[in-house]
Amino acid sequence: MFEVNEGIIQVSYIIATILFILALGGLSNQETARRGNWYGITGMAIALVATIFGDVSQNFEYLIVALVVGGTLGIVAARRVQMTQMPELVAILHSLVGLAAVAVGFANFMGEGHYEGVELTIHDVETYVGILIGAVTFSGSVIAFGKLSGRISGNPLILPARHVLNLVLLLVVIFYGYQFVVQSAAGGGTLPLIIMTAVSLLFGIHMVMAIGGADMPVVVSMLNSYSGWAASAIGFMLGNDLLIVTGALVGSSGAILSYIMCRAMNRKFFAVIAGGFGTGGGTPVAAGGEDQGEVVPILPDETAELLANAKEVMIIPGYGMAVAQAQHIVHEMTQTLREKGVNVRFGIHPVAGRMPGHMNVLLAEAKVPYDIVFEMDEINDDFPNVDVSVVIGANDIVNPSALTDPDGPIGGMPVLECWKGKVSIVLKRSMATGYAGVQNPLFFEDNTRMLFGDAKDTLDEVFKSL
Amino acid sequence: MRIGVPREIYAGEKRVATTPDVAAQLIKMGFEVSVESNAGAAANYSDAAYEAAGCNVVATTEEIWDGSEIILKVRGPEPEETGRLKSGQTLISFLWPAQNPELLQQLTDQGVTALAMDSVPRISRAQKMDALSSMANIAGYRAVVEAAQHFGRFFTGQITAAGKVPPAKVLVIGAGVAGLAAIGAAKSMGAIVRSFDTRPEVKEQIESMDAEFLMLDFEDEDGTGEGGYAKVMSDEFIKAEMALFAEQAKDVDIIITTALIPGRPAPRLITAEMVDSMKDGSVIVDLAAEQGGNCELTEPEKVVIRNGVTLIGYTDLPSRLAAQSSQLYATNLRHILTEMTPEKDGQIVVDMEDEAIRGATVCKDGETTWPPPAPKLSAAPPKAAAPEPAPVVVEKKRSVAGPIIGMVLAGLALLGLGSVAPPSFMAHFTVFVLACFVGYMVIWNVTAALHTPLMSVTNAISSIIVIGALLQISSDNELVKWIAVGTVGITAINIFGGFAVTRRMLEMFRR
Repeated sequence: MFEVNEGIIQVSYIIATILFILALGGLSNQETARRGNWYGITGMAIALVATIFGDVSQNFEYLIVALVVGGTLGIVAARRVQMTQMPELVAILHSLVGLAAVAVGFANFMGEGHYEGVELTIHDVETYVGILIGAVTFSGSVIAFGKLSGRISGNPLILPARHVLNLVLLLVVIFYGYQFVVQSAAGGGTLPLIIMTAVSLLFGIHMVMAIGGADMPVVVSMLNSYSGWAASAIGFMLGNDLLIVTGALVGSSGAILSYIMCRAMNRKFFAVIAGGFGTGGGTPVAAGGEDQGEVVPILPDETAELLANAKEVMIIPGYGMAVAQAQHIVHEMTQTLREKGVNVRFGIHPVAGRMPGHMNVLLAEAKVPYDIVFEMDEINDDFPNVDVSVVIGANDIVNPSALTDPDGPIGGMPVLECWKGKVSIVLKRSMATGYAGVQNPLFFEDNTRMLFGDAKDTLDEVFKSL
Repeated sequence: MRIGVPREIYAGEKRVATTPDVAAQLIKMGFEVSVESNAGAAANYSDAAYEAAGCNVVATTEEIWDGSEIILKVRGPEPEETGRLKSGQTLISFLWPAQNPELLQQLTDQGVTALAMDSVPRISRAQKMDALSSMANIAGYRAVVEAAQHFGRFFTGQITAAGKVPPAKVLVIGAGVAGLAAIGAAKSMGAIVRSFDTRPEVKEQIESMDAEFLMLDFEDEDGTGEGGYAKVMSDEFIKAEMALFAEQAKDVDIIITTALIPGRPAPRLITAEMVDSMKDGSVIVDLAAEQGGNCELTEPEKVVIRNGVTLIGYTDLPSRLAAQSSQLYATNLRHILTEMTPEKDGQIVVDMEDEAIRGATVCKDGETTWPPPAPKLSAAPPKAAAPEPAPVVVEKKRSVAGPIIGMVLAGLALLGLGSVAPPSFMAHFTVFVLACFVGYMVIWNVTAALHTPLMSVTNAISSIIVIGALLQISSDNELVKWIAVGTVGITAINIFGGFAVTRRMLEMFRR
């Protein structure tokens, strides 16, 4: 076996870092993204090989077994996962990063240290913070996974005095942090570390439990960010720049995504994290209380006729499309209409779905060409020219009251202004309100038609009539 | 329950109360539908089509009237038909109870439950049952067709090799449903359309159809009456209005009048002098002919020519577009029946608590229930009390002090950190801060469509934390070793899974 010295390891890490940056940079468009992914894989392989040959001196057999077993599990999961389940997969993968951070932190603490004085203090704080973030990421992601996969109710769980509870947990964490540093200097410190881990786990659970289904895009990207910071903190602990840089990249990526999601809902980040959206915090919601007017139902064959006679069609998918698995029939419909010379386009709201970019992935899975899929900002001004807008399983993202009622629960949130088009067809299972719990005046507009029923079944019928 | 659809026996009536399409939907709701032979013939609906839709086509009139629980008709029953009705039967048709008190009395005495399609209240919930609007729409459209038939020129202007043809000028008086339909039809044929109405709120509707709203130079007087219909105006207003019409009559080629006030004779708007002042070949279509006419000279149900001006007084315009009006009327009936059949089991319930049904029901179980109590809501929007005050935009000046204080504090914190931390830490910290900035720059460039792959790939690379485990796996401490092995395992899931699923997703993004 050839000798891998410290210099070679460092160079490998630098190369890996550059490759990771290129991997993220490649995602700026669909053409370079595939190459970017290969950069990422290469970077990871280089870093792994360098570390294995440079720093691992024994127990290779365990290492190989762990890699093979874990890798197999990962690839099987990646192959099997439905595109509609992507948010769940991402959440559970986040939890693994968190768990790994906790494990590495503990292992590092138990392994013999060679620090003293200020260095020891800093090292202890790094360990402590790494485990803290890792534990919050882990338990929060597990709860997010449960919520996204429907194993846990999507409703926010609001404990009484939850802000006080959070504050108390935070104080406990700080207190034991101090205890840990003091005891660690004397050679102990295991107990405070374990208590803190338990408290952090509770904190993660409590935080995500309090967040409603519609805020999941923010939560998922926030956990993404946390998993990065956890890696970064562990990097500090180990004095390893590759971990620090990669963690920082991932951390800022998740933070930016969270910010984009919050902006798309016109909500403050802290308001989302404080939780409780959609349960009538603030103004009481007059859901259907007042007479809003008449909704006009439409039948699938009439819908087909409208679509076939239109020139410009805009399809606005929401989480309902994912639930109904309707993306394939949407694609077939789109294809048929485009063959007939109808200009079909898709308008995607940033928070449609349960994860940033969720709708794009679903449509891509159904082979909808990505150059007819547009972001909200790109197409919102085109609605006056649109003949038919088809809203599939979306609600709050097409709610005109976001613009007309600035004090409402979704006031000020940018929305797709489909009511400016000639006709909007809204596919919905019932007249229930969206996650924000706000009645949607769009349904009562004169130029709105409601197509009730399961999105997939009704679209099947529409497609047959086309 | 069995629905019976007799053939209309009123002379010249071509409409029919249900079409094969609608009948099929009624059957789906649990009804049986019997149609008298040839009932739809005049509206181009053959017996065969009804049979194909699942109806029972019946040869004799008696069988329809005797064998059905519900009778659907267009026109109110003729005397001989009224005689056929029995106690317990339900009749749904136009009835005009205000104009036909004897008929209403007779229906009440016979114990018939009767719903008058003309009495469906004008509330937004009942719009889909509003047969008057459906018929008015058709009448307005047909009025333009009739006018075009008798008008000797194009509607649209053209510039041809043989010279220039000016467009026809059309004046539509009264912009209700019929008026708006007429405006739309005339406009789409290329005419210049003007319109007048006493209700100022329709100005927008007229202008939205690209027609010109004729303003009356008169102080504000709102002609909106109960239920969004027009009301009688003051004398001064009428005088000003007449002056406007006199002036317009000299200019326009075609006048279509649709002015009606509920329960009153039609207002006289076009005098004999105005007709005489019109150009030869001009046409007047008077949609109010049945109620006495908006024009002094129209004769109901006839076309007369006076001084070169054709005056059309047809009162059966919807019937002249029988297939269309039957279809819309049948759909209105279907909606009212849907409303009355909450269980979808073919059993109707006359729910007197339902405002729409209550309004339409004129007699039930031997009692006259007309007129209904006043409807609670008007179709017209409530008159705006005052123009809304322009929202005062208070631009909040963002304080610059906040960010500055934040930056100063952050700077001090960093200085504090730098003063105590060892150089090795500061080196890592530098790398960390720079990496955050690089991440910030790179991530903003990521297209929103790829946010999901972004999350999965960042997931995969954040598993670089595996290095931490690799450094510990060679430890002699058994516990540390096993923790490290476990960590390598779970991060391997993440590395392989994350990259694989990213690849899978990116493969799907195809043009």
